[in-house]
Amino acid sequence: MNTRKKPHVAPPAKEKSAEAPGARATQPPADPEKAHLSLVEFMAQAWAMEAEAVQRYGELADAMEAHNNLEVAAMFRTMAQYEGKHADQLLAEMGWSEPPIMARSGFRWPSFEAPENVPFEDLHYLMQPWHALELALAAEQQAERFFGELARAATTPSVRRAALELQEEEREHVALVKAWMEKVGKPDRDWANDPDPPVHNE
Amino acid sequence: MNQPAPPTEVLTAANYKSVYKPIWCPGCGDFSVLSSVTKALAILQVPPHEVVVVSGIGCSSRIPAYTSCYGFHGVHGRALAAATGLKVARPELTVLAAGGDGDGYSIGGNHFLHACRRNVDLTYIVMDNHVYGMTKGQASPTTEPDWDNKLSPGGTGIRAFNPLVIALASGANFVARAFSGDPNGAAQIIAEGIRHPGFSFIEILSPCVTFRPEQREWKRQAHHAPVAPTDDAARAARRIMTDDGFNIGVLYAGDRTPYPLNGRSPQLTPEQLAAEFQT
Repeated sequence: MNTRKKPHVAPPAKEKSAEAPGARATQPPADPEKAHLSLVEFMAQAWAMEAEAVQRYGELADAMEAHNNLEVAAMFRTMAQYEGKHADQLLAEMGWSEPPIMARSGFRWPSFEAPENVPFEDLHYLMQPWHALELALAAEQQAERFFGELARAATTPSVRRAALELQEEEREHVALVKAWMEKVGKPDRDWANDPDPPVHNE
Repeated sequence: MNQPAPPTEVLTAANYKSVYKPIWCPGCGDFSVLSSVTKALAILQVPPHEVVVVSGIGCSSRIPAYTSCYGFHGVHGRALAAATGLKVARPELTVLAAGGDGDGYSIGGNHFLHACRRNVDLTYIVMDNHVYGMTKGQASPTTEPDWDNKLSPGGTGIRAFNPLVIALASGANFVARAFSGDPNGAAQIIAEGIRHPGFSFIEILSPCVTFRPEQREWKRQAHHAPVAPTDDAARAARRIMTDDGFNIGVLYAGDRTPYPLNGRSPQLTPEQLAAEFQT
Protein backbone atom coordinates (compact mmCIF):
# COMPACT_ATOMS: atom_id res chain seq x y z
CA MET A 1 0.00 0.00 0.00
CA ASN A 2 3.03 2.23 0.00
CA THR A 3 2.09 3.81 -3.27
CA ARG A 4 1.77 7.48 -2.48
CA LYS A 5 2.91 9.68 -5.31
CA LYS A 6 4.71 12.98 -4.89
CA PRO A 7 2.08 15.33 -3.53
CA HIS A 8 0.79 18.40 -5.27
CA VAL A 9 -0.68 20.14 -2.27
CA ALA A 10 -0.33 23.89 -2.23
CA PRO A 11 1.33 25.41 0.85
CA PRO A 12 -1.04 26.97 3.36
CA ALA A 13 0.28 30.50 2.87
CA LYS A 14 -1.19 30.56 -0.61
CA GLU A 15 -4.64 29.55 0.58
CA LYS A 16 -7.53 31.38 -1.03
CA SER A 17 -10.72 31.92 0.86
CA ALA A 18 -12.98 31.50 -2.15
CA GLU A 19 -12.85 29.21 -5.09
CA ALA A 20 -12.54 30.23 -8.71
CA PRO A 21 -15.80 31.06 -10.52
CA GLY A 22 -17.32 28.13 -12.27
CA ALA A 23 -15.46 25.61 -10.12
CA ARG A 24 -18.32 25.03 -7.67
CA ALA A 25 -19.37 21.45 -7.13
CA THR A 26 -22.73 20.51 -8.50
CA GLN A 27 -23.88 19.29 -5.09
CA PRO A 28 -24.05 21.58 -2.07
CA PRO A 29 -21.63 20.93 0.81
CA ALA A 30 -23.00 18.19 3.02
CA ASP A 31 -21.60 19.62 6.22
CA PRO A 32 -21.09 23.36 6.79
CA GLU A 33 -18.17 22.68 9.14
CA LYS A 34 -16.34 20.69 6.50
CA ALA A 35 -16.99 23.33 3.89
CA HIS A 36 -14.93 25.89 5.75
CA LEU A 37 -11.87 23.79 6.41
CA SER A 38 -8.61 25.52 5.58
CA LEU A 39 -5.87 23.50 3.96
CA VAL A 40 -3.98 23.40 7.26
CA GLU A 41 -7.05 22.09 9.07
CA PHE A 42 -7.72 19.58 6.34
CA MET A 43 -4.17 18.24 6.30
CA ALA A 44 -4.08 18.14 10.10
CA GLN A 45 -7.21 16.03 9.98
CA ALA A 46 -5.75 13.79 7.30
CA TRP A 47 -2.61 13.35 9.40
CA ALA A 48 -4.67 12.57 12.50
CA MET A 49 -6.60 9.95 10.60
CA GLU A 50 -3.39 8.20 9.55
CA ALA A 51 -1.88 8.56 13.03
CA GLU A 52 -4.94 7.03 14.65
CA ALA A 53 -4.79 4.17 12.16
CA VAL A 54 -1.14 3.59 13.09
CA GLN A 55 -2.04 3.48 16.75
CA ARG A 56 -5.00 1.19 16.19
CA TYR A 57 -3.14 -1.30 14.00
CA GLY A 58 -0.42 -1.39 16.62
CA GLU A 59 -2.96 -2.13 19.34
CA LEU A 60 -4.57 -4.83 17.22
CA ALA A 61 -1.15 -6.39 16.63
CA ASP A 62 -0.45 -6.31 20.36
CA ALA A 63 -3.76 -8.07 21.04
CA MET A 64 -3.01 -10.76 18.50
CA GLU A 65 0.50 -11.29 19.84
CA ALA A 66 -0.86 -11.65 23.35
CA HIS A 67 -3.06 -14.46 22.05
CA ASN A 68 -0.27 -16.04 20.01
CA ASN A 69 -1.88 -15.33 16.65
CA LEU A 70 1.44 -14.21 15.26
CA GLU A 71 0.57 -14.34 11.58
CA VAL A 72 -2.27 -11.85 11.94
CA ALA A 73 -0.23 -9.79 14.39
CA ALA A 74 2.51 -9.43 11.78
CA MET A 75 -0.06 -8.38 9.22
CA PHE A 76 -1.46 -5.66 11.49
CA ARG A 77 2.09 -4.54 12.25
CA THR A 78 2.72 -4.20 8.52
CA MET A 79 -0.48 -2.14 8.13
CA ALA A 80 0.70 0.13 10.95
CA GLN A 81 3.98 0.69 9.11
CA TYR A 82 2.19 1.62 5.90
CA GLU A 83 -0.09 4.06 7.66
CA GLY A 84 2.91 5.52 9.50
CA LYS A 85 4.62 6.22 6.18
CA HIS A 86 1.49 7.97 4.95
CA ALA A 87 1.40 10.10 8.08
CA ASP A 88 5.06 11.04 7.63
CA GLN A 89 4.47 11.92 4.00
CA LEU A 90 1.62 14.22 4.95
CA LEU A 91 3.92 16.03 7.35
CA ALA A 92 6.53 16.35 4.63
CA GLU A 93 3.96 17.70 2.18
CA MET A 94 3.08 20.47 4.57
CA GLY A 95 6.66 21.10 5.63
CA TRP A 96 5.73 20.36 9.22
CA SER A 97 8.48 19.08 11.48
CA GLU A 98 5.77 17.78 13.78
CA PRO A 99 1.98 17.65 13.63
CA PRO A 100 0.02 20.71 14.71
CA ILE A 101 -1.50 20.69 18.18
CA MET A 102 -5.03 20.44 16.78
CA ALA A 103 -4.15 17.07 15.25
CA ARG A 104 -2.58 15.61 18.38
CA SER A 105 -5.44 15.90 20.79
CA GLY A 106 -7.85 13.88 18.69
CA PHE A 107 -10.53 14.93 16.26
CA ARG A 108 -14.22 14.42 16.57
CA TRP A 109 -14.97 12.38 13.49
CA PRO A 110 -18.28 12.17 11.64
CA SER A 111 -18.86 8.83 13.35
CA PHE A 112 -17.33 7.68 16.64
CA GLU A 113 -14.09 6.43 15.15
CA ALA A 114 -11.59 7.85 12.68
CA PRO A 115 -12.60 6.69 9.20
CA GLU A 116 -9.54 4.51 8.68
CA ASN A 117 -9.73 2.76 12.06
CA VAL A 118 -10.49 -0.93 12.29
CA PRO A 119 -12.97 -1.35 15.17
CA PHE A 120 -11.66 -3.28 18.17
CA GLU A 121 -14.80 -5.34 18.46
CA ASP A 122 -14.31 -6.92 15.04
CA LEU A 123 -11.33 -8.93 16.24
CA HIS A 124 -11.38 -12.63 16.99
CA TYR A 125 -8.53 -14.53 18.56
CA LEU A 126 -8.67 -17.20 15.84
CA MET A 127 -8.99 -14.80 12.94
CA GLN A 128 -6.85 -15.41 9.88
CA PRO A 129 -4.94 -13.08 7.53
CA TRP A 130 -7.91 -12.92 5.17
CA HIS A 131 -10.04 -11.53 8.00
CA ALA A 132 -7.41 -8.93 8.82
CA LEU A 133 -7.36 -7.85 5.20
CA GLU A 134 -11.14 -7.79 5.12
CA LEU A 135 -11.09 -5.33 8.04
CA ALA A 136 -8.35 -3.27 6.38
CA LEU A 137 -10.38 -3.18 3.18
CA ALA A 138 -13.40 -1.79 5.00
CA ALA A 139 -11.18 0.83 6.65
CA GLU A 140 -9.65 1.90 3.34
CA GLN A 141 -13.08 2.11 1.74
CA GLN A 142 -14.30 4.29 4.57
CA ALA A 143 -11.28 6.55 4.20
CA GLU A 144 -11.96 6.83 0.47
CA ARG A 145 -15.56 7.84 1.12
CA PHE A 146 -14.42 10.29 3.79
CA PHE A 147 -12.07 12.15 1.46
CA GLY A 148 -14.67 12.07 -1.28
CA GLU A 149 -17.15 13.71 1.05
CA LEU A 150 -14.61 16.33 2.08
CA ALA A 151 -13.79 17.06 -1.54
CA ARG A 152 -17.46 17.51 -2.32
CA ALA A 153 -17.96 19.80 0.66
CA ALA A 154 -14.82 21.92 0.25
CA THR A 155 -15.24 25.50 -0.86
CA THR A 156 -11.54 26.22 -1.37
CA PRO A 157 -9.77 24.82 -4.43
CA SER A 158 -6.62 23.73 -2.62
CA VAL A 159 -8.58 21.71 -0.09
CA ARG A 160 -10.66 20.12 -2.81
CA ARG A 161 -7.54 19.23 -4.80
CA ALA A 162 -5.86 17.72 -1.74
CA ALA A 163 -9.00 15.79 -0.80
CA LEU A 164 -9.39 14.41 -4.30
CA GLU A 165 -5.75 13.40 -4.35
CA LEU A 166 -6.03 11.58 -1.05
CA GLN A 167 -9.30 10.00 -2.16
CA GLU A 168 -7.54 8.65 -5.23
CA GLU A 169 -4.75 7.24 -3.10
CA GLU A 170 -7.25 5.51 -0.82
CA ARG A 171 -8.92 4.09 -3.92
CA GLU A 172 -5.57 2.64 -4.95
CA HIS A 173 -5.19 1.13 -1.49
CA VAL A 174 -8.59 -0.50 -1.82
CA ALA A 175 -7.48 -2.15 -5.04
CA LEU A 176 -4.22 -3.29 -3.48
CA VAL A 177 -5.93 -4.84 -0.47
CA LYS A 178 -8.38 -6.64 -2.74
CA ALA A 179 -5.48 -8.07 -4.72
CA TRP A 180 -3.78 -9.10 -1.50
CA MET A 181 -6.93 -10.88 -0.35
CA GLU A 182 -6.97 -12.96 -3.48
CA LYS A 183 -3.45 -14.12 -2.74
CA VAL A 184 -4.11 -15.25 0.83
CA GLY A 185 -7.37 -17.00 0.03
CA LYS A 186 -10.55 -17.31 2.01
CA PRO A 187 -10.44 -19.26 5.28
CA ASP A 188 -12.39 -22.46 5.88
CA ARG A 189 -15.93 -22.12 7.18
CA ASP A 190 -14.97 -23.62 10.53
CA TRP A 191 -12.10 -21.22 11.16
CA ALA A 192 -13.61 -20.11 14.48
CA ASN A 193 -14.04 -23.62 15.87
CA ASP A 194 -12.12 -24.01 19.09
CA PRO A 195 -12.12 -27.46 20.71
CA ASP A 196 -11.52 -25.85 24.08
CA PRO A 197 -13.38 -22.54 23.94
CA PRO A 198 -13.12 -19.93 26.70
CA VAL A 199 -16.90 -19.67 26.96
CA HIS A 200 -18.66 -22.40 28.88
CA ASN A 201 -22.20 -21.13 28.81
CA GLU A 202 -22.96 -21.15 25.11
CA MET B 1 6.13 2.95 37.37
CA ASN B 2 6.13 0.72 34.30
CA GLN B 3 9.11 2.03 32.34
CA PRO B 4 7.68 5.16 30.78
CA ALA B 5 8.60 6.09 27.25
CA PRO B 6 11.42 8.62 27.02
CA PRO B 7 10.04 12.09 27.69
CA THR B 8 9.43 14.37 24.76
CA GLU B 9 8.77 18.07 24.71
CA VAL B 10 5.08 17.53 24.20
CA LEU B 11 3.65 14.44 25.88
CA THR B 12 1.67 12.16 23.61
CA ALA B 13 -0.61 9.24 24.42
CA ALA B 14 2.33 6.90 23.80
CA ASN B 15 4.18 8.46 26.75
CA TYR B 16 1.50 7.09 29.07
CA LYS B 17 1.56 3.53 27.78
CA SER B 18 3.73 0.92 29.43
CA VAL B 19 5.76 -1.75 27.70
CA TYR B 20 3.29 -4.43 28.77
CA LYS B 21 0.76 -5.63 26.24
CA PRO B 22 -2.81 -6.04 27.44
CA ILE B 23 -4.02 -9.62 27.68
CA TRP B 24 -7.66 -8.71 27.26
CA CYS B 25 -9.63 -10.74 24.74
CA PRO B 26 -9.28 -9.46 21.18
CA GLY B 27 -12.26 -7.22 20.59
CA CYS B 28 -12.60 -6.14 24.23
CA GLY B 29 -13.71 -2.53 24.70
CA ASP B 30 -11.10 -2.04 27.41
CA PHE B 31 -8.36 -1.64 24.78
CA SER B 32 -10.12 1.46 23.64
CA VAL B 33 -10.62 2.74 27.18
CA LEU B 34 -6.88 2.39 27.80
CA SER B 35 -6.32 4.42 24.67
CA SER B 36 -8.78 7.06 25.89
CA VAL B 37 -7.12 7.31 29.29
CA THR B 38 -3.71 7.86 27.72
CA LYS B 39 -5.14 10.38 25.27
CA ALA B 40 -6.85 12.24 28.11
CA LEU B 41 -3.58 12.48 30.03
CA ALA B 42 -1.89 13.76 26.88
CA ILE B 43 -4.58 16.40 26.53
CA LEU B 44 -3.86 17.51 30.09
CA GLN B 45 -0.07 17.22 29.65
CA VAL B 46 0.31 15.95 33.18
CA PRO B 47 3.64 14.14 33.65
CA PRO B 48 3.23 10.36 34.06
CA HIS B 49 5.03 10.38 37.40
CA GLU B 50 2.35 12.71 38.78
CA VAL B 51 -0.48 10.33 37.92
CA VAL B 52 -1.56 7.25 39.85
CA VAL B 53 -3.98 4.66 38.49
CA VAL B 54 -5.61 2.57 41.20
CA SER B 55 -7.76 -0.48 40.51
CA GLY B 56 -9.50 -3.42 42.12
CA ILE B 57 -9.91 -6.85 40.58
CA GLY B 58 -11.29 -7.91 37.24
CA CYS B 59 -10.42 -7.74 33.56
CA SER B 60 -10.57 -3.95 33.42
CA SER B 61 -8.71 -3.63 36.71
CA ARG B 62 -5.55 -4.72 34.95
CA ILE B 63 -5.31 -1.26 33.46
CA PRO B 64 -2.65 0.22 35.85
CA ALA B 65 -0.04 -2.19 34.47
CA TYR B 66 -0.66 -0.96 30.97
CA THR B 67 0.11 2.65 31.78
CA SER B 68 3.48 4.22 32.48
CA CYS B 69 2.02 6.06 35.47
CA TYR B 70 2.29 4.88 39.03
CA GLY B 71 -0.22 2.16 39.70
CA PHE B 72 -1.82 0.12 42.42
CA HIS B 73 -3.64 -3.09 41.48
CA GLY B 74 -5.47 -3.55 44.72
CA VAL B 75 -8.07 -5.65 46.43
CA HIS B 76 -11.44 -6.58 44.91
CA GLY B 77 -13.86 -3.67 45.25
CA ARG B 78 -11.43 -1.52 47.17
CA ALA B 79 -10.00 0.69 44.45
CA LEU B 80 -11.85 3.73 45.76
CA ALA B 81 -10.71 3.18 49.33
CA ALA B 82 -7.08 3.12 48.25
CA ALA B 83 -7.52 5.99 45.81
CA THR B 84 -9.24 8.14 48.42
CA GLY B 85 -6.47 7.60 50.94
CA LEU B 86 -3.86 8.34 48.34
CA LYS B 87 -5.46 11.55 47.15
CA VAL B 88 -6.00 12.86 50.67
CA ALA B 89 -2.39 12.07 51.59
CA ARG B 90 -0.92 13.33 48.32
CA PRO B 91 -3.31 15.97 46.96
CA GLU B 92 -0.81 17.14 44.37
CA LEU B 93 -1.14 13.88 42.44
CA THR B 94 -3.71 13.17 39.76
CA VAL B 95 -5.53 10.09 40.99
CA LEU B 96 -7.59 7.85 38.74
CA ALA B 97 -9.49 4.86 40.06
CA ALA B 98 -10.59 2.29 37.52
CA GLY B 99 -12.38 -1.00 37.35
CA GLY B 100 -15.41 -2.86 36.17
CA ASP B 101 -19.08 -3.02 37.06
CA GLY B 102 -18.71 -6.14 39.19
CA ASP B 103 -15.80 -4.74 41.14
CA GLY B 104 -17.25 -1.28 41.55
CA TYR B 105 -20.96 -1.81 42.06
CA SER B 106 -21.14 -5.13 43.87
CA ILE B 107 -18.33 -5.85 46.29
CA GLY B 108 -17.21 -2.24 45.95
CA GLY B 109 -20.71 -0.77 46.06
CA ASN B 110 -20.47 0.67 49.51
CA HIS B 111 -17.16 2.35 48.76
CA PHE B 112 -18.77 3.79 45.64
CA LEU B 113 -21.57 5.44 47.62
CA HIS B 114 -19.24 6.98 50.14
CA ALA B 115 -16.63 8.08 47.64
CA CYS B 116 -19.37 10.03 45.87
CA ARG B 117 -20.50 11.46 49.21
CA ARG B 118 -17.01 12.46 50.36
CA ASN B 119 -16.30 14.19 47.05
CA VAL B 120 -12.53 13.81 47.18
CA ASP B 121 -10.93 15.23 44.03
CA LEU B 122 -10.35 12.08 42.03
CA THR B 123 -11.74 10.45 38.92
CA TYR B 124 -13.41 7.06 38.89
CA ILE B 125 -13.67 5.26 35.56
CA VAL B 126 -15.89 2.20 35.41
CA MET B 127 -15.67 0.02 32.33
CA ASP B 128 -19.17 -1.40 32.34
CA ASN B 129 -19.89 -4.51 30.28
CA HIS B 130 -22.82 -5.81 32.35
CA VAL B 131 -21.02 -9.06 33.18
CA TYR B 132 -18.27 -10.61 35.28
CA GLY B 133 -15.85 -11.42 32.47
CA MET B 134 -12.80 -12.60 34.37
CA THR B 135 -14.76 -15.33 36.16
CA LYS B 136 -16.45 -16.49 32.94
CA GLY B 137 -19.68 -14.67 32.53
CA GLN B 138 -21.81 -14.35 35.64
CA ALA B 139 -24.47 -11.67 35.88
CA SER B 140 -23.22 -8.45 37.44
CA PRO B 141 -25.15 -5.63 39.16
CA THR B 142 -25.74 -3.90 35.81
CA THR B 143 -26.81 -7.05 33.93
CA GLU B 144 -30.26 -6.85 32.42
CA PRO B 145 -32.76 -8.94 34.43
CA ASP B 146 -33.71 -11.04 31.42
CA TRP B 147 -30.19 -11.91 30.22
CA ASP B 148 -30.50 -15.65 29.73
CA ASN B 149 -27.46 -17.88 30.11
CA LYS B 150 -26.50 -21.18 31.69
CA LEU B 151 -25.47 -19.59 34.95
CA SER B 152 -28.74 -17.69 35.35
CA PRO B 153 -31.33 -19.49 33.23
CA GLY B 154 -34.11 -17.17 32.18
CA GLY B 155 -32.19 -14.24 33.61
CA THR B 156 -31.73 -13.17 37.18
CA GLY B 157 -35.04 -11.31 37.24
CA ILE B 158 -33.30 -8.68 39.34
CA ARG B 159 -33.53 -5.04 38.39
CA ALA B 160 -30.23 -3.64 37.10
CA PHE B 161 -28.28 -1.17 39.19
CA ASN B 162 -28.28 2.37 37.77
CA PRO B 163 -24.82 3.67 38.66
CA LEU B 164 -25.27 7.18 37.31
CA VAL B 165 -28.37 7.81 39.36
CA ILE B 166 -26.69 6.38 42.44
CA ALA B 167 -23.61 8.53 41.87
CA LEU B 168 -25.71 11.63 41.46
CA ALA B 169 -27.86 10.91 44.50
CA SER B 170 -24.78 10.15 46.58
CA GLY B 171 -23.07 13.45 45.80
CA ALA B 172 -20.66 12.88 42.92
CA ASN B 173 -19.66 16.25 41.53
CA PHE B 174 -19.29 15.14 37.91
CA VAL B 175 -21.32 12.40 36.27
CA ALA B 176 -20.75 11.30 32.70
CA ARG B 177 -21.26 8.38 30.39
CA ALA B 178 -18.85 7.51 27.59
CA PHE B 179 -18.51 4.69 25.08
CA SER B 180 -15.37 2.71 24.34
CA GLY B 181 -16.19 2.78 20.64
CA ASP B 182 -15.79 6.56 20.75
CA PRO B 183 -12.18 6.78 21.97
CA ASN B 184 -11.61 10.45 21.23
CA GLY B 185 -14.93 11.43 22.77
CA ALA B 186 -14.20 9.31 25.84
CA ALA B 187 -10.76 10.92 26.12
CA GLN B 188 -12.32 14.37 26.16
CA ILE B 189 -14.79 13.32 28.84
CA ILE B 190 -12.04 11.78 30.97
CA ALA B 191 -9.94 14.92 30.64
CA GLU B 192 -12.95 17.01 31.63
CA GLY B 193 -13.61 14.75 34.60
CA ILE B 194 -10.02 15.05 35.78
CA ARG B 195 -10.15 18.84 35.45
CA HIS B 196 -13.44 19.11 37.32
CA PRO B 197 -12.97 19.56 41.09
CA GLY B 198 -14.27 16.84 43.36
CA PHE B 199 -15.31 13.26 42.70
CA SER B 200 -15.82 12.62 39.01
CA PHE B 201 -17.64 9.48 37.99
CA ILE B 202 -17.33 8.31 34.40
CA GLU B 203 -19.20 5.24 33.29
CA ILE B 204 -17.74 3.87 30.07
CA LEU B 205 -19.80 1.35 28.16
CA SER B 206 -17.15 -1.19 27.20
CA PRO B 207 -18.38 -4.32 25.40
CA CYS B 208 -17.36 -7.82 26.47
CA VAL B 209 -17.31 -9.57 23.11
CA THR B 210 -16.54 -12.94 24.67
CA PHE B 211 -19.44 -13.33 27.10
CA ARG B 212 -21.78 -10.67 25.72
CA PRO B 213 -21.15 -10.74 21.95
CA GLU B 214 -24.45 -8.98 21.40
CA GLN B 215 -22.82 -5.88 22.89
CA ARG B 216 -21.09 -5.35 19.53
CA GLU B 217 -24.38 -3.65 18.68
CA TRP B 218 -23.67 -0.91 21.22
CA LYS B 219 -21.89 1.06 18.54
CA ARG B 220 -25.22 1.38 16.77
CA GLN B 221 -27.07 2.26 19.96
CA ALA B 222 -24.70 4.76 21.57
CA HIS B 223 -25.33 8.39 20.74
CA HIS B 224 -24.22 11.77 21.96
CA ALA B 225 -26.38 13.39 24.63
CA PRO B 226 -28.51 16.01 22.92
CA VAL B 227 -28.28 18.32 25.93
CA ALA B 228 -25.63 20.51 27.54
CA PRO B 229 -24.21 19.54 30.95
CA THR B 230 -26.21 20.86 33.85
CA ASP B 231 -25.34 21.78 37.43
CA ASP B 232 -28.95 21.16 38.44
CA ALA B 233 -29.01 17.74 40.12
CA ALA B 234 -32.77 17.37 39.76
CA ARG B 235 -32.63 18.01 36.04
CA ALA B 236 -29.68 15.65 35.69
CA ALA B 237 -31.54 12.95 37.62
CA ARG B 238 -34.52 13.25 35.32
CA ARG B 239 -32.25 12.97 32.28
CA ILE B 240 -30.42 9.95 33.57
CA MET B 241 -33.53 8.13 34.76
CA THR B 242 -35.38 8.65 31.52
CA ASP B 243 -32.66 8.15 28.95
CA ASP B 244 -32.06 4.92 27.05
CA GLY B 245 -28.79 4.06 28.78
CA PHE B 246 -26.77 4.93 25.68
CA ASN B 247 -26.74 8.70 26.05
CA ILE B 248 -23.09 9.77 25.91
CA GLY B 249 -21.72 12.95 27.38
CA VAL B 250 -21.31 14.93 30.57
CA LEU B 251 -24.68 14.63 32.25
CA TYR B 252 -23.96 16.55 35.42
CA ALA B 253 -21.21 18.96 36.51
CA GLY B 254 -21.83 20.30 40.00
CA ASP B 255 -20.11 22.88 42.15
CA ARG B 256 -19.76 21.14 45.50
CA THR B 257 -16.58 21.96 47.37
CA PRO B 258 -14.27 18.94 47.30
CA TYR B 259 -12.94 17.31 50.45
CA PRO B 260 -10.91 18.46 52.34
CA LEU B 261 -13.19 21.42 52.93
CA ASN B 262 -12.07 25.05 52.94
CA GLY B 263 -8.80 24.24 51.24
CA ARG B 264 -7.41 22.56 54.36
CA SER B 265 -4.83 20.00 53.43
CA PRO B 266 -4.23 17.08 55.74
CA GLN B 267 -0.89 16.50 54.07
CA LEU B 268 2.01 15.87 56.39
CA THR B 269 5.63 15.79 55.49
CA PRO B 270 7.27 12.37 55.80
CA GLU B 271 9.11 13.71 58.86
CA GLN B 272 5.88 14.83 60.57
CA LEU B 273 4.31 11.48 59.78
CA ALA B 274 7.29 9.60 61.16
CA ALA B 275 7.18 11.72 64.33
CA GLU B 276 3.62 10.55 65.00
CA PHE B 277 4.87 6.97 65.27
CA GLN B 278 7.66 7.77 67.67
CA THR B 279 7.42 7.62 71.47
